[in-house]
Amino acid sequence: MYTKDGEKFFIVDAHVALWDARPENQRNIHGKQFIDCFYDYHANLSPESEKWPYEEYLYQGGERFMRDVFADDIVDHAIFQPAALTEFYKTGFGQTEEAWALTQAHPDKLTYNHNFDPRYGEAGLDQLRADHERFGLKGVKLYTAEWHGESRGWKLDDPWAYRYFELCRELGITNIHVHKGPTIRPLDRDAFDVADIDHVATDFTDLNFVVEHVGLPRLEDFCWIATQEPNVHGGLAVAMPFIHTRPRYFAQIIGELIYWIGEDRIQFSSDYALWTPKWLIEAFVNFQIPEDMTEYAPITMDQKRKILGLNAAKMYDIPVPAELQLPAADETATGPRQPERADLAAV
Amino acid sequence: MGTAVRSAPGEAPALLVLTEDDVLRALGAVIDPELDEPITDLGFVRSVRFTDDGLEVHLRLPTSFCAPNFAYLMASDAKDVLTALPDTGRVVVELDDHHDSDIINRGLAADAGYLGTFRHEAESDLDELRATFQRKAHTAAMERALTALLRARSDIEEQDVASVVLGDLPDDVAKEALLRRRQTLGLSIDDSEPVLVDDRGVPHPVASAALALRRARSTRISLDGNAHFCRGLLATRYPGSEADQTPRPEENFFPVSSLIRTTRRSVA
Repeated sequence: MYTKDGEKFFIVDAHVALWDARPENQRNIHGKQFIDCFYDYHANLSPESEKWPYEEYLYQGGERFMRDVFADDIVDHAIFQPAALTEFYKTGFGQTEEAWALTQAHPDKLTYNHNFDPRYGEAGLDQLRADHERFGLKGVKLYTAEWHGESRGWKLDDPWAYRYFELCRELGITNIHVHKGPTIRPLDRDAFDVADIDHVATDFTDLNFVVEHVGLPRLEDFCWIATQEPNVHGGLAVAMPFIHTRPRYFAQIIGELIYWIGEDRIQFSSDYALWTPKWLIEAFVNFQIPEDMTEYAPITMDQKRKILGLNAAKMYDIPVPAELQLPAADETATGPRQPERADLAAV
Repeated sequence: MGTAVRSAPGEAPALLVLTEDDVLRALGAVIDPELDEPITDLGFVRSVRFTDDGLEVHLRLPTSFCAPNFAYLMASDAKDVLTALPDTGRVVVELDDHHDSDIINRGLAADAGYLGTFRHEAESDLDELRATFQRKAHTAAMERALTALLRARSDIEEQDVASVVLGDLPDDVAKEALLRRRQTLGLSIDDSEPVLVDDRGVPHPVASAALALRRARSTRISLDGNAHFCRGLLATRYPGSEADQTPRPEENFFPVSSLIRTTRRSVA
């Protein structure tokens, strides 16, 4: 729970990882390139005080993970969203066993999501059943840019992917977190294209699709799709730290999201260990849309409450103290939200 | 860096002297399609070197995992513009530190083309990809020009943008940029043409004009944001490279506060 000036916030960090990118776990040069890329994101977007040395960035371990994510008891609950990256790392990037052990030790604080890759075909479906049996999954994290033999990416609307979504539906794995990364087959098209989200969201209306980093670098395409599909949500992984380096850009991202998809479908996340949640939460609670951006209404405390935890808590049935609960906004399910709101606010 | 003097065999040394500036000027025509900016302004040109028999240019990108199709597109465009210069000799273009550097550099050296370079991963060519981003660049330029106009003209309200024609726009940088992008799409640049149009030049009806502008704005915000982000990442990855970057105009070079008046009135 985070408290600031008497205001209370129930916090869910909807995207965290326990990774191992140390040289001994790197399978090839791409393992190094991948973590180096993450580190550049970290170094470029973090305040000086929150910047880690490269060596610390490679691996944190469970003890440090708990210390960082739950620092000062600000975060109430965090959700593992592991990336497999088995072509780059010997035991994978996300450390399944360690993360699962932590989740079992702190079931009130942690939820473990796993992942699947439809290119494993039938065997992968069996594996997903077994994983669900073991972890009791409510959600999965999918990384479409994962390499797999000759293939360097897949799409959510591939026929095999549909088989997996049908199984998710059957098993009750309702929360599908999608990380749209670069590289998609065929390479001819826009590697960050989010059009496949549109197709699956239409065909699986009983599943929630949480698009991580709100579709960036295709924010506009994400907003356009999400405004038409009530089961598409936006995850703020990677978008959050702009609050420090580029606050005006961050304001535009939030302003656009609230306009196109509304306050009930946006989820906070630190993307730990890319960044730590504490400073991001403090910054977000203090954040306001700049006054000269009058096309966006000022963001309210209740909107912040929803984004910082209530939306993810609702999706994951995480218990929230009664006095901190909020009703859903009385808004249209699709289409731009209260387009007149910004105008009225300027009066 | 040195200069190169080229001459045909048996002739007196030619007077043509190719300088690094010539090379950079030529590379200035190569656009990052995602960011709609020359690679020279973005700091993507790492080095220019004159060799015994020609020219060698190295490119760099903000991450190892930048999309390989865009990476290839920029690198092959770079090779094309340099090869087109007079007397460059053998042109070598290499992309450094990318996860596909080997594949792309081999393809460039062999002039294998996109299909030959990426083989089983490629299906057709990159024309559609390029066209997609030319359309986005036009959308963003359209939004910039219209929002600037709304700011400057108290007699135009947001829902009136459907009737704004090219001739209504002041002759400034925003208009020039818009006209260039319209020409790329093959759209007319006649003064009587409506500004708020789709990618095929079809005007938006009055009823949906404000929403169309709003949607165009999200495209512009996305494009500007990515451009700033890529610049920042490049500078983090290659310390000192920020000196090679030309600053992009502020993302809000027109304060949106200019719209208070029109939006207020539209509510009242």
